[in-house]
Amino acid sequence: MPLKNTNTRYGWISVALHWSMALAIFAMFGLGLWMRDLGYYDPWYRQGPHIHKSLGIVLLALLLLRLLWRAVNVQPDDAPGMPRWERVAAHLTHYTLYSLLLLMMIAGYLISTADGRAIEVFDWFSVPASLQNLPNQEDIAGEAHEILAWLIILIAGVHSAAALKHHFYNRDNTLKKMLGIADNPPSRRSR
Amino acid sequence: MKHILTLGLALLLSLSGNLQASEYKIDTAGAHAFIQFKIKHLGYSWLHGRFDSFEGRFNYDPKNPTAASVKVTIDTASLNSNHAERDKHLRGKDFLNVDKYPKATFVSTAFIPKGDGKAELKGKLTLHGVTREISIDVQEIGAGKDPWGGYRQGFTGTTEFALKDFGIDYDLGPASRTVQLILDIEGIAQTMM
Repeated sequence: MPLKNTNTRYGWISVALHWSMALAIFAMFGLGLWMRDLGYYDPWYRQGPHIHKSLGIVLLALLLLRLLWRAVNVQPDDAPGMPRWERVAAHLTHYTLYSLLLLMMIAGYLISTADGRAIEVFDWFSVPASLQNLPNQEDIAGEAHEILAWLIILIAGVHSAAALKHHFYNRDNTLKKMLGIADNPPSRRSR
Repeated sequence: MKHILTLGLALLLSLSGNLQASEYKIDTAGAHAFIQFKIKHLGYSWLHGRFDSFEGRFNYDPKNPTAASVKVTIDTASLNSNHAERDKHLRGKDFLNVDKYPKATFVSTAFIPKGDGKAELKGKLTLHGVTREISIDVQEIGAGKDPWGGYRQGFTGTTEFALKDFGIDYDLGPASRTVQLILDIEGIAQTMM
């Protein structure tokens, strides 16, 4: 697998970013839901949110890296024979996911830094507050964070269903391409 | 012109001195009133917080203290314990549920002077949708003219109750089942207005 993307396949950096972020995003959703109901005496009462916030900042860095990498790389062609509406829908889904992820991370950051406290990232370093002390900032940011989380999981579900549809119904290389195990068959566009 | 103003002001001042004020508005505008709470953290220390937004009035005539009364309305969402994540938790469903119960109120039912400026204030506290009778130990701090032409009267009060009595049963540990309220109230006389 090449480092960079080509016209027919994803390079390993894109593949690694996609799957590590996908795994982390689903783990974060589960952790976020679970940790809200922890009792005060639960050992995870402090550890859960600490990991959630730390991983959130790491994910933000990965997302920015991913957008940068996408900007300086070619994108492999879509599977041959895809109708136009499907191409548009697929790409729109990708951009929507990027946007919602960015918004959700900002909302999460605004909860924890609402009183001017920094976010400690795994005790490695801390991210300082910037926008703070807005009226009920932590509550409004919290509502947004929750709504965005559900939206992202919903759209990620549609995105996954589409990938499975390509793999099992259309029997093209869309999913294999993202897994890095195959490239697009030769087509007029990529030749 | 200047003399007339001075005269008018002097007249107003002497008038307000003569009037025996009894109706007061709690000076939340100037923040000379505080509704604070404290609760033990794990049994090892006191945690303090306050409600930043509330309003209220009271009636108090030193010549007829048993007729005293007070009504206070608190915006529960204005809770502030100097930690945004904790405040968010305390406003949420585990505690005050401020979306459902945005207001807490206290309406007095009796004022029983105990001498030496001390008194017992009984009344109905509505918190988290539950209304219960509570009793507040009151101490008069002072009263008199302020430097700007008004008349002020102030008290401090404390009370303690179990969170569970108001339907809040999140387990903070055995040492943290009751909360204390510390109420510092300064009223500005309204009758001269």
